[in-house]
Amino acid sequence: MSPSALALAAMMALWLSALLAVAPFMLWFERRAPAFMQDRLGPNRVGPLGLIQGIADAVKFIFKEEFTPASADRPLFLLAPILALIPALTTYLVIPFGPEVEIAGHRLNLVVVDSDSGVLLFLALASLGVYALVLAGYSSNNKYSLMGSIRASAQMVSYELALTTAVVCALIPAGSLNLSEIVDYQRAHLWQALTQPVGLLVFLVAAFAETNRLPFDLPEAESELVAGYLTEYGGLRWAMFFMGEYMSMTTLSALCVTLYFGGWTLPFADFGGLPGLAQAAIGFTVLVAKIFLFLFLFVWVRWTFPRFRYDQLMRLGWKALLPLAVLQFVVTAALTIAGVL
Amino acid sequence: MEAAVFLLFGLVALVSAIMVVAHRNPVYATMSLVVTLVATAVLFVLLGSPFLAALQILLYTGAILVLFLFVIMLLNIGRERPSGARTTAQTWGSVLLALLLAGSLCRLLWDAHSDSVPAPLEVQFTSLRGVSDLLFSTYLLPFEMIGLLLLVAVVAASWVARRAEGEPPVDPEEERP
Amino acid sequence: MSVPISGYLLLAAVLFAIGVIGALTRRSGIAIFLSIELMLNAANLTLAAYSRLLGDRAGQMVIFFALAVAAAEAAVGLALFIGIYRLRRTIDVNRLNLMRW
Repeated sequence: MSPSALALAAMMALWLSALLAVAPFMLWFERRAPAFMQDRLGPNRVGPLGLIQGIADAVKFIFKEEFTPASADRPLFLLAPILALIPALTTYLVIPFGPEVEIAGHRLNLVVVDSDSGVLLFLALASLGVYALVLAGYSSNNKYSLMGSIRASAQMVSYELALTTAVVCALIPAGSLNLSEIVDYQRAHLWQALTQPVGLLVFLVAAFAETNRLPFDLPEAESELVAGYLTEYGGLRWAMFFMGEYMSMTTLSALCVTLYFGGWTLPFADFGGLPGLAQAAIGFTVLVAKIFLFLFLFVWVRWTFPRFRYDQLMRLGWKALLPLAVLQFVVTAALTIAGVL
Repeated sequence: MEAAVFLLFGLVALVSAIMVVAHRNPVYATMSLVVTLVATAVLFVLLGSPFLAALQILLYTGAILVLFLFVIMLLNIGRERPSGARTTAQTWGSVLLALLLAGSLCRLLWDAHSDSVPAPLEVQFTSLRGVSDLLFSTYLLPFEMIGLLLLVAVVAASWVARRAEGEPPVDPEEERP
Repeated sequence: MSVPISGYLLLAAVLFAIGVIGALTRRSGIAIFLSIELMLNAANLTLAAYSRLLGDRAGQMVIFFALAVAAAEAAVGLALFIGIYRLRRTIDVNRLNLMRW
């Protein structure tokens, strides 16, 4: 195997192992953290501090009976959970986790796909997530599933606009769609969270809506439409939907960190002098730590806010977030032309 | 390597295109078109336009075909009923016409380009900067007009699809004539 | 081994012909619309192939505009379908013959 192919494979393996570990971790964290917030303990029996809880849940899902409704559209019903995983398993490819390093005599950029249109590829692959919801609801042949899926997909498509506009604002000062260049820009200047707070806010709110997390989880809420588009899914297929959701959360957080919080860099520490592998390890660890802070934010918000009603949700997306994002766009463009940013 | 990718995704595009026109269920036809468009996006990358490939996936499959699926689900468009005997002649006539078209196009293109060699690929061609330089200099007017066109389309679509006041919502379970 | 440009052009021609068959044969309005999108896609592929052959980025520009126009057309077309369905309760083009001679 040529060195560059080997490097690609190693980076992909690193990312995939991190992503696949997120789901069991989040299954545990999502119950432990709010437990502390609510002055109780949460799962602490299975393994030390209850850490094996996620794996126990995963094993439980595997053993549950898989049930396909008789009148459901079988091929689409079986396809939908797989489609839920595809965006999450492809969008991590463009996120950089380190500078250009030299490992074993070869220079390589610590990103799997170093593309000139990296951000565009991310958004394109993330937008494919809508199909899982649409097909799940349609193929279940169930009123509640259909309604939940139409609501969920309309929500995702609407907030994609606000998300994309906020992302565009973050691109203007750096002048490139290449995520490595955006991180380099933030190394030389301030983190974009400080220069574009409104854009960051819009991005975060849109990210919550994109991943169907509270306060925007009406389509899959248990007390609303039974379970929305997930009604007919059980066992491993349900687990695949949730793995997809957690992995999308992780990759969107990774994008947020890269665009607004400096990616893999630390503000006052420059570890450029260290050997290549050490730089890669430190960069990846810093990135993972920042992503973890955002995952905590996701969990924190989920257990703090009540759910939005659907019309409030759509009104927020179109009448509040999109104009705010456009405003941020105008301000950022003006500042960049004026030479301030 | 390029030949392998081209053959694979070209074949995928062909097979799913046939599925689009052949499958009676509109949802399956739409999903087949999704596969065709993604395969074509890969071919765009092979042809040196990664930006357009990303745009194709983002716009076409990520938005336009979702809209198709919405309308199909909203109107509950079921499987297409099979054509009667009267239209079989029409079917065969159009297949013949299309084969004629394909044949003549292929012949023309083969004669013209069987040994055409593409110009050497320069960075300017594939880079995003090259595309944006062109877009905001030579093609600025069409760019702005596209913006206006999209605005007109948004207004037109929301007006045509509106529900008149007092009109009940579309009930897909009502008896169809 | 590199693929000759004629390969892409022939593929696009065949895709276009398949789209023509779909547009002429199907009864459902949505299926006809899908075939039209297929034809547009084939045209885009031809443009991309020629753009690569001639090294002229104008082809890429036209594809960009064609994508935007296709989006606008799809939106308006689907809105028309909703309007038609509301009036006639059908999408079957054989039944939508009010303006026929």
